[in-house]
Amino acid sequence: MSDAFVSLQDLTLAYGDTVAVPSLNLDIREGELIALLGPSGCGKTTTMRAIAGLMAVQSGRIEIAGRDVTRVPANKRGIGLVFQSYALFPHLTAFENAAFGLRLNRTAQADLVRRTTEALDTVGLGHLSSRRPAEMSGGQQQRLALARSLVMQPKVLLLDEPLSNLDARLRLEMRTELQRLQRETGITMVFVTHDQSEALALADRVVLMRDGVIEQIGTADALYNTPESAFAADFMGFENIFEIENATLKAASGRLPLGFSTDAPCLGWRPGDVHLGDGPFEARVISVAFAGRHREYVLASQLGPIRVDVDIAAPAHGVDAPVRFALPQATARPLRVS
Amino acid sequence: MTSRWPIWLILGLTLTFLIGPFLIIILAGMSAGNSLAFPPDGLSLKWYAKVFTIESFRASFGLSLFLAVFGTLAALIIGIPAAYALNRYDIPGAETIKTAVAAPIIVPGIIVGLALLRYLVVPLDVTIFMALFVAHTALVLPYAVRVVSSSLQNLRSDMEEAAVLLGCTRLQAFTKVVLPNIKGGVLAAFILGFVTSFNEVPVSLFLSGPGVRTMPIDMLSYMEITYDPSVAALSALLAFLCVAIVFTAEKFLGFSRYV
Repeated sequence: MSDAFVSLQDLTLAYGDTVAVPSLNLDIREGELIALLGPSGCGKTTTMRAIAGLMAVQSGRIEIAGRDVTRVPANKRGIGLVFQSYALFPHLTAFENAAFGLRLNRTAQADLVRRTTEALDTVGLGHLSSRRPAEMSGGQQQRLALARSLVMQPKVLLLDEPLSNLDARLRLEMRTELQRLQRETGITMVFVTHDQSEALALADRVVLMRDGVIEQIGTADALYNTPESAFAADFMGFENIFEIENATLKAASGRLPLGFSTDAPCLGWRPGDVHLGDGPFEARVISVAFAGRHREYVLASQLGPIRVDVDIAAPAHGVDAPVRFALPQATARPLRVS
Repeated sequence: MTSRWPIWLILGLTLTFLIGPFLIIILAGMSAGNSLAFPPDGLSLKWYAKVFTIESFRASFGLSLFLAVFGTLAALIIGIPAAYALNRYDIPGAETIKTAVAAPIIVPGIIVGLALLRYLVVPLDVTIFMALFVAHTALVLPYAVRVVSSSLQNLRSDMEEAAVLLGCTRLQAFTKVVLPNIKGGVLAAFILGFVTSFNEVPVSLFLSGPGVRTMPIDMLSYMEITYDPSVAALSALLAFLCVAIVFTAEKFLGFSRYV
């Protein structure tokens, strides 16, 4: 891709003899907000550290803005990283934390004060510039870490689990903040997360990773609605996934007729897409939970446990009640086995 | 309430044994008589005054002070990088090295002194002063490594990575971020090393020679010749000095957090 701003080519990363990421290829456009999504140990953090220069590359190359930076040391790459723990300097005030990089490259005092003040104002910490990190809340600390990186006008801003340490209200606030910053500065951002809802809410494109390999890349809409593999579907909330062979469902208890024909080796249904009430399959209610607009059922069936969400207006079934359900062809998502 | 008396008894005995000798020395030094005795033979401060007139005490105090200050500084110059390396890098045998570093605390001082005398002073013809300096540096080193290590353990390593990404070299990250955040530990290590070096007897005993004696050794030899209360007076003064240093450190640094 010619318009790639950050380009990872056949990137192989290893810890000693253990290969964490084998031959990864990824192109990121300028000004894009990318999420690296996956369970812990999938290589997302390792990949991010390699982009930052904190992790030695075993083979392959990393290009940023058309320049090969594979062997460029971390302090010369011009990349910002907001650590999950924020990694603020406890002995310095908020202002000095934010001004750290500018002091280091001997920026003129007037310029330093202006840019630092600007960055602190951008993240809404202008009034706290004389506080030390220990005197700030978690949300403020994170915004300070963000300001400290932004001051340096990095080519790429990396964020490690930017929302995971915040409570629900702050998380929404920070999400809005990051989107605003990205819109205003046009900076290329890559963030790492294990939370699919964060990735979908924030990113222009989501890179779903598994065991060091990219499972699927796409927009939030594409990943949510059209996952390609069973792994991706499972990550995106398709809780009922079955392997298919000759129009039969493979289940723990044997094979059951699917009721329609398909070429897909695997089919998935979201809890909301399973039809409860009538249908070919028998089940018993194991648990039922109130979830506002709907009820969440877990059923024990010949197919194993089935999760179903039913509109709150429908009549409720109690625990142990016998029920019937159908897996409709219309809502089935064809998947690759993985 | 009555069932509490054994606790008070144990507490009382403990304090008696800890503080008692100290009180006895202070009082023995205040004797008006001519020999070291307790209870003191009348009360006067003349022995406290006499301490300052004894020439050899001045010389040995100077030597002890020099060894305590510069031996500890040397130990820190070796110990801080050592502690850093042991904490931050995946060094094979790091645990073994940590144990080895602690050896001078565990091995009896007599053995260390004898070994240094037999294999450093005698064959290499090192001056007694140099031998004392090396010995005191080595004795203080374990404290430097251990105390600095414990404050390094509390410092997250991603802070250094953050500094590097903002443009620091590894060395700058150390001086601008690590050092300012462990300075409390470094000061604590210095004070602990100073007190340890100043009070050290067994190793210095082997390495002392004519005219070159540390303060405690000089006091021992003075007592062999002159059994007057000036030694008690000097002991009391030195104890006050050490207590004052540690008390000040505790007050301003929270010294006991690091030790």
